[in-house]
Amino acid sequence: MKVKEIVLGPHVLGSGLEKALEITPYEVILEIKDSKIKGRGGAGFPTGLKWQFAANEPEPTKFIICNADEGEPGTFKDRILLTDHPYKVLEGMAIAGYAIGAKQGFIYLRGEYNYLRQHIQNHIDSMKEKGFLGKKILGKDFSFDVEIRMGAGAYVCGEEFALIESMNGYRGEPHNKPPFPTQQGYLRKPTIVNNVETFCKVNFIISKGAEWIREYGTELSTGTKLFSVSGDVKHPGLYEFELGITVNQLLKEVGAEDAKAVQVGGASGINVARKDFNKTISYETLPPGGSIIVFGPNRDMLHALKNFMDFFVEESCGQCTPCREGNYRLLEGIEMLEKGECSVRYLKELITLSEVMKDSSKCGLGQSSPNCFLSIIENFRDEILYR
Amino acid sequence: MTDMVKVTIDGKPFEVKKGITILEAAKIAGIRIPTLCHHPDLDVAGICRICVVEVEGMRTLQAACAYPITFPMDIKTNTSRVRKARRVNLDLMLAEHYGDCYTCVRNGKCELQSLSSEYGVDRYRYPSVIKPKYAIDYSSFSIVRDQNKCIHCKRCIRTCIDLQQVSALETANKGHDVEIQAALNKPIAEVVCINCGQCINRCPTGALRVKDAGDFIWDDIENPDKYVVIQTAPSPRAAIGEEFGYPAGTTVTKKLNAALKRMGFNAVLDTNFTADLTIIEEGHELLERLHKAVVEGDKSIKVPMFTSCSPGWVKYIEHYYPEYLGHLSSCKSPQQMFGALLKTYYAQKMGIDPEKMVVVALMPCSAKKFECNRPEMTDSGFKDVDYGLTTREMAVMIKESGIHLKDMPDEDFDSPIGHGSGAGMIFGATGGVMEAAIRTVYELVTGRKVPFDGLNVTPVRGMEGIKEASLLIENTVEAFRWLEGVTLKVAVAHGTANAKKLMEKLKKGELEYHFIEVMACPGGCLGGGGQPIPTTPEIREARARAIYAEDMGTEIRTSHENELVAQLYKDFLIKPLGHKSHKLLHTHYTPRGKYFIPDDK
Ligand SMILES: Cc1cc2nc3c(=O)[nH]c(=O)nc-3n(C[C@H](O)[C@H](O)[C@H](O)COP(=O)(O)O)c2cc1C
Ligand code: SF4
Ligand code: SF4
Ligand code: SF4
Ligand code: SF4
Repeated sequence: MKVKEIVLGPHVLGSGLEKALEITPYEVILEIKDSKIKGRGGAGFPTGLKWQFAANEPEPTKFIICNADEGEPGTFKDRILLTDHPYKVLEGMAIAGYAIGAKQGFIYLRGEYNYLRQHIQNHIDSMKEKGFLGKKILGKDFSFDVEIRMGAGAYVCGEEFALIESMNGYRGEPHNKPPFPTQQGYLRKPTIVNNVETFCKVNFIISKGAEWIREYGTELSTGTKLFSVSGDVKHPGLYEFELGITVNQLLKEVGAEDAKAVQVGGASGINVARKDFNKTISYETLPPGGSIIVFGPNRDMLHALKNFMDFFVEESCGQCTPCREGNYRLLEGIEMLEKGECSVRYLKELITLSEVMKDSSKCGLGQSSPNCFLSIIENFRDEILYR
Repeated sequence: MTDMVKVTIDGKPFEVKKGITILEAAKIAGIRIPTLCHHPDLDVAGICRICVVEVEGMRTLQAACAYPITFPMDIKTNTSRVRKARRVNLDLMLAEHYGDCYTCVRNGKCELQSLSSEYGVDRYRYPSVIKPKYAIDYSSFSIVRDQNKCIHCKRCIRTCIDLQQVSALETANKGHDVEIQAALNKPIAEVVCINCGQCINRCPTGALRVKDAGDFIWDDIENPDKYVVIQTAPSPRAAIGEEFGYPAGTTVTKKLNAALKRMGFNAVLDTNFTADLTIIEEGHELLERLHKAVVEGDKSIKVPMFTSCSPGWVKYIEHYYPEYLGHLSSCKSPQQMFGALLKTYYAQKMGIDPEKMVVVALMPCSAKKFECNRPEMTDSGFKDVDYGLTTREMAVMIKESGIHLKDMPDEDFDSPIGHGSGAGMIFGATGGVMEAAIRTVYELVTGRKVPFDGLNVTPVRGMEGIKEASLLIENTVEAFRWLEGVTLKVAVAHGTANAKKLMEKLKKGELEYHFIEVMACPGGCLGGGGQPIPTTPEIREARARAIYAEDMGTEIRTSHENELVAQLYKDFLIKPLGHKSHKLLHTHYTPRGKYFIPDDK
C-alpha cells in the first residue's frame, strides 16, 4: 500500500460544483451517503447522514461551517490544505451549501493560522470573480458566500458546539446533545460542521462518483486519509494513505521501522506498541484522527504520557466533573509514578477513573483524553512501574 | 397518540410525552435519579455528570437531566456501570472541595454531603484538599463567597446570569483552574451584585452564604445596657417553620413571637405596621405625582412610579437604569421606616435612650443587610436598623437557644406600635404591595372598597413573571375629581429578569403605566435570598398560599384602617408626606456604574 494522491492530487477548479449543480441537492446527498465517507475531523461521523439531517430540517436558514481549528497536537494537515488547496475546501463548502440549502458558510480558522487569513480571503474573492461563489453561482439559482472567523485559541473550540458558542460570542463550551448542530447550530439554525479535509474530499466524490472513492480503503472506512506524521521518523510530513493501511506499512513509508510505539490520532488517540503494528488504521480498528506521532526506541513513554496529560489538563474547558477534575488526577498520578510514589492499587483507581471519564464526560475531549493514559499504561506497564 | 414515546426504564415499560427528559420520565416512573447541578428554577447544564444513565445502543452514558426523549429508548438507571460513574464523579468533586462540614453553614443541609452519604462515601478516593486555597470574600454586607467549597456546578452563574440577569458572577479560566468569580475577579462588593442572595439559595454547598449577624445580636441581647427590639416581616414567618419540620406553607407567627421573647428580645414587633405606613406614604406619593404630572403639567415629575421596598431592585435600578431613579418612590422600605420610627417615636414613647436601642429586622432577604448599612439610612440620628437577620440565621439562633418551636405557645406582638393589617401581610408575595396599594388608594379616591370579591385583587396575584391590571376610577370623592374616569394602569414584576423585560419595554415607550411594583426575587420576598433552602416553584407557591390565608384571616384588611398607624400620624407624623415623614420615612438613591462601583463608601 503506497502513498496516494487524491485529496492532494489534481483537481479542475469547479468540476465538482458544476456536476453537483446539474443534479438535485437530494442526489448530491445520496452520492455522499453512497460513498460511505466518514468525517475527517476525528469523530468519524458519516458525512452524508449529517448532511441529510440538516437538509431535512424545515427551518429555511442554514449554515455551513468549515472546522479549521486544528488544535490536536502533531496535526498540520488542515493547515497545508488551506495553504496549498484552499479552492478545494471552498468548492466543497459550496457543494455542501447547495446540498442542504445554506447560503452562508464560515471558515473557523485557528487563531495561530491568522497569517493564512488574507491568503484564503484572496481565494474567496477570486472564486467569486470566477462565479464559483457569491450570487447565482455558475448562472444557477444558487448563492453561497464564505466568511472567515478567527478562533479563540482554545483546543476545545474545535469541538463543534464550543466552536459555535465561540462564534456566537460566548465562552467556548460544548453542549449536551441532542439537539445537534444540524438541528440548532449557529444562531440556533441548522448547521453542518465539517472538517477541512472532509470538504476537500467532497469534490472528488461528486466529480468522480461514490463508486470510484469506494475503490479505496476498506468496506467501512472508504477512501484515503491525510496523516500529519511527526516524531522519530526519517521523513516527517503530510502523507495521504488508503484507510486500512497497517501501522507497519505506514512506518515503512515514513522511515520509522525501528519505532517503539505510535500514537495514532494524536493526543486523544490511541498508543500502539510493536506487538500491534500489524493492526490496520481504520474507523473499525485504530481510528485515524489526523496525526501520527512516532516514538523511537529510546523514548521515555511516561514522559510522553505526561506531555499529553499536561495538554488535556490545560485544554479541558472545565465545565464537567470527570474531565475538569479527572485529567488533573491522571496527571497527578503520572507525577506520582515519576517519583515512584504510585501504588499498584492507586494505579487501578486511576484506570477506573479513566473508564468513567470515557463513559461520562460531556464531550469528546474528556471522553478521549484518557485513551493515551490507558493505552500507554497498558503497553508500557513494566517500563513505567519499574523505572 | 403521536406525541407519546414508549420507553423502558429499568425493565418496566412506560409511555411518556415526547420531549421530556430522561430525568422527568424517571420521576414519573417513580425512580429517583440523583442530581447535583440540576435545579428546577434553572436552565439545564448537564455538567456534574451525577445523573448519568445507560441508554441501550449508546456508546457513553447520558446525562438524564439533559437528554430529551424523542424516540423509544431502553434506559437503565441502576447498573454497576452507572453507580461506578456516579461514585467516581462524586469522589472527584469531593477531591476538589474543602470539606470541613462541622464548621460549615450548610452542615446537614448540603446536597454534596447528602449525596456522599447516599453513595456510601467512606474515604477520599483521590488526594483531598488539606489546606484551603482561596481567601474567603467577606467584602459584601450581604454575601460571603468561599470558593474552597465550590464544586463548579454553576448553579450560581445560571441564577445570576439567566434567572436574575444581573451578571455579577462569571466563569473564569479553563480546566482544573476553572473558577467562579465576581465579575473581573473583583471582590463581590465592587461589582453589580444586587445582594439578592438567589445564588445562595441555589448553591448546593456552603460556597455561598449570607454574612451572619447572629453572634453580634446575642452579645447585644446579653448586654444589660442594650434594649433589643426585633421586627419580623411576613415572609420569614411563613417560611421559618420549614427549618423546624413544618411543611412549606405553614405560618408560625405566634409561636415565633413566643420564641423571640424567650430568647431575650426586649420587644417583638410586626413589620407589617410599617408596611401599612408605606402604603399610606406611597399611596399619597402616587396621587401627588399624578396630580402634579396630569393636572399641573409638571414635566419634572416621573410617572410611572416604581415601588422601592425591595433593596435588590433598588440596587439593580441604580446600576442598570440610573436614568430611571426619579421614578422610584422616595419611600424607604418598611424595614427602614420601622427602624427610623423605633429610634425616635417609639424610644420617646417608651422612655428608652435610642442610643441604647438595638434594632434587629428579621427578613427573608440578604439585600436587607446591605440596605441597613446604606450611609443614608441614619435619619433617626443613629443607624436606623442595626442588623438585618435572615430567616435561616434566625432558625439557627432559635436552635442554639434550645427552643423547640413546635412546643411554643401562641403569643402576640408587643405594643404600642407594631401591629399590621392583612394588606401589610401580603407584601411578602409578588403583587402584594400593589394589591395593598390598590385597596387603599381606590378607597381614598372613591370612598368605596375596591370592587374585587373579598378585596382580593386577583389580577396581580400569582407567579406569572409580569402581571398587569387596570382599574376604572369612577364616582370619585370631591378631592379627587381630577381622577374621574381615569383607568389606573399598573404592572407587577418579580425577579430582576422580568423587571428588565419591563424596563426595556418602558424604555422603548411601548408601555404606559401609572404604578409598577418590582420585587428582585422570584415570587417576591417569600422567595428571598435569606429564606430556607431549598427553594422550588412549589415551595414558593405554598408560602404564597400561607400569606394570602393569613391576610384573609385578619380583621383589618386595608392599611389605612390600621388604627395604630392612624395614631402615629395623630401623635407624631401629623400627615402623610409631611415634614417628619420626609425626614424619617423617605430617602434618595445613588446612580452606580454598570460594571463596578467606583468608590461607594
Ligand atoms: C476537543 C475536541 C476538539 C476538536 N477539534 C477539532 C478540530 O480541530 N478540527 C475538526 O475538524 N474537528 C475537531 N473536532 C471534532 C468536531 O467536534 C466535529 O466532530 C468535526 O468538526 C466534524 O467534522 P467531520 O464530520 O468532517 O469530521 C474536535 C472535537 C473535540 C471533542
Ligand atoms: S469533557 Fe472536558 S472539554 Fe468537554 S465539556 Fe467536559 S470539561 Fe469541557
Ligand atoms: S459544603 Fe457541604 S460537604 Fe462541604 S463542608 Fe459544607 S456541609 Fe460539608
Ligand atoms: S446575590 Fe444576586 S446579584 Fe449577587 S451574585 Fe448572587 S444572584 Fe447575583
Ligand atoms: S458557588 Fe455554589 S452554586 Fe456556584 S458553582 Fe460553586 S458550588 Fe455551584
